[in-house]
Amino acid sequence: MYKIDRFNELAEKVAAKRAENAALEPRRMTAEEKDALLAEFHPDYKQGEFTVLTAGPNKGEKVPTQLADLLQAHSRISADSVDLTKPDYDTDVLIIGGGGAGASAAIEADEAGVKAMIVTKLRIGDANTMMAEGGIQAADKPNDSPAIHFVDAFGGGHFAAKPELVAKLVTKAPECIQWLNKLGVEFDKEPDGTMVTTHGGGTSRKRMHAAKDYSGAEIMRTLRDEVINRGIPVIDFTAAVEIILDKDGKAAGAVLMNMETKELLVARAKTVIIATGGAGRLHYQGFPTSNHYGATADGLVLGYRAGAKLLYADTLQYHPTGTAYPEQIFGALVTEKVRSLGAKLVNIDGDVFMHPLETRDVTAASIIRECTAKGKGIETEQGMGVWLDTPMIEYKNGEGTIEKRIPAMLRMFGKYGIDIRKEPILVYPTLHYQNGGLDIDTYGVTGVENLYAAGEVAGGIHGRNRLMGNSLLDVIVFGRNAGIYAAAKAKETGAPEGLNLNHIAAYDKELAAAGIETDIVSPKLLPDYARKTK
Amino acid sequence: MEKMLNVYLFGKKYEVPAGLTIMTAMEYAGYELVRGCGCRNGFCGACATIYRIKGQVELHGCLACQTEIEEGMYVATLPFFPLEKRIYNIEEIKPDQQIMMQLYPEIYSCIGCNACTKACTQELNVMQYIAYAQRGEYEKCAEESFDCVMCGVCSSRCPAGISHPQVAMLARRLNGKYIAPECGHLNDRVNEINEGIFDEKMAELIGKSIDNVQELKDMYNNREIEK
Repeated sequence: MYKIDRFNELAEKVAAKRAENAALEPRRMTAEEKDALLAEFHPDYKQGEFTVLTAGPNKGEKVPTQLADLLQAHSRISADSVDLTKPDYDTDVLIIGGGGAGASAAIEADEAGVKAMIVTKLRIGDANTMMAEGGIQAADKPNDSPAIHFVDAFGGGHFAAKPELVAKLVTKAPECIQWLNKLGVEFDKEPDGTMVTTHGGGTSRKRMHAAKDYSGAEIMRTLRDEVINRGIPVIDFTAAVEIILDKDGKAAGAVLMNMETKELLVARAKTVIIATGGAGRLHYQGFPTSNHYGATADGLVLGYRAGAKLLYADTLQYHPTGTAYPEQIFGALVTEKVRSLGAKLVNIDGDVFMHPLETRDVTAASIIRECTAKGKGIETEQGMGVWLDTPMIEYKNGEGTIEKRIPAMLRMFGKYGIDIRKEPILVYPTLHYQNGGLDIDTYGVTGVENLYAAGEVAGGIHGRNRLMGNSLLDVIVFGRNAGIYAAAKAKETGAPEGLNLNHIAAYDKELAAAGIETDIVSPKLLPDYARKTK
Repeated sequence: MEKMLNVYLFGKKYEVPAGLTIMTAMEYAGYELVRGCGCRNGFCGACATIYRIKGQVELHGCLACQTEIEEGMYVATLPFFPLEKRIYNIEEIKPDQQIMMQLYPEIYSCIGCNACTKACTQELNVMQYIAYAQRGEYEKCAEESFDCVMCGVCSSRCPAGISHPQVAMLARRLNGKYIAPECGHLNDRVNEINEGIFDEKMAELIGKSIDNVQELKDMYNNREIEK
């Protein structure tokens, strides 16, 4: 039961039309309808929310204003803050970030026989990977193929992705599932071993593999366990605050900061992998976010200041179904798997207003339209929402389906007295994913030699919109990929010489020349949530 | 005027608006969290917390990000708990009862007090999954422990010193790797990819995406979607 009577009354309308709505197969939108919808209602198209960069490798391109403020900010340190000739850590491959991509990279680098080390500003596993609920795509069923997966992903990303990266993503996908399974990751399977797979928004085959709705958590905790078993050093509560370059301008380590004592440390490395994840905690356009606490675009800042170019940094993913109510979990992710299992999106009148499995950008824009132009949304304390008719799942698939397939969702709402088996839930788009990021090639290298990027911080794999289940896949495929190539490169690289932080002063000069005056320092590291008391 | 509640953060009293979670109440009080805050969505276990309502006996374990504050709540966060994780090579161990005796022998010292289950922030039957682990029933242990976020509150309450989340982690990896049925179609597809049977098609698609995007758009817009 909802604590607010109005919601209970409105939910009855949804229940009254459930049988009729369940039988409905809503039409999918045409390409033209989607384009028009996105242009009018998707947040990426709101011009006033973006700033054109006037300094750095992407000068002249627009990015979200909050990101521009951090990209065009000063370093937290200056070149004389640390003594680069006396490194505190010396390693072959330095991995910045302890999520799915960082852990995968570390395992592969270790497997290749080089010294790998992870630094992370929180703990290993405090990452968006841990929170991925719905699943991971791989074209491993007989009616599917990497080519079909390619068309789904490339088309879903509006034909903007780097095709060679998409090809790698889909071709390596089955092997990555196998790799995870051999590490002991549990996948939902039939008794004969057949993977239980479902659709995601924009997929043409059922290729979503899952571990209930703890898919990312199951993968992340297994990778973390493996990293520890291998004895790979994990320096936690330690953030990278600046990339160190060598005499030739190649990446050669990072300046680190202990998050608790603020002590600065120097890590020297032959190759560096940035795997710092996304930016949801910058709350672009005032949206709530489904992201973890540390998602503050640090890797984009580190790379950018060192000279690496960004790709599609102006395109963000607003997950269609963030929690709109209750306030305690406002913005929290309601997995797309809820719709994969048959729940439909319903407006205030109890009417289905779209096909539930359009791509995420289209679905988010459609929900925003329903709540604004069409005036069919439901008002909540925090804003607006539409219904996601979760009881339809059991209406279609039988009792017990929700507890078995999406236990985390059942628990999350159950804590606030809402039984998603019996009551529909209120949802609204939430800032979920950074589609773009550091521009990489198929080896995972950025525009700076010996500087790699993997996971959400990298751009180009998903074009301008990512499909469900392709980011868990991306962190594994490109995390491993970066680990393999960064290790190979480290093997043929001698001890780095002429370590310097000259790019800090150079970038400051560029900011001054562009007339940018700012007190902001970056990377941001953590969001500013503490209420300021006098 | 919004309704205010009294909560005691590490014993110190703060007045905070009703409706906040323990985590947002701490931030309202002015805490800048570094530890004890991770995903903020109930998946990572960083914000393990113990509380007791003033005047009551019962001690509760919870996740600070998933728990609404109550009047008179005495809160102590548990941002780190020294769980004991044993090291093993997943390729070399076997899913027999022996491995648990070897790596986590302390599970056999369980006295059946059930404090772990009572403290679990995910309302799991922790003592039961430890019993399964004792008997080498890893499939059951994996299923029963599946929703564990490894916050460690169970272990903080255990008189036998068991690191329950680590025991369950081992059981799940054993189950995932060795006990759960192998997936035939996955292995077949990996072999097909390694034989290169999709290479030509993939090269063709990459080619089209560079010099004939319109054809790809037509393919995408008219593709058959599995029911």
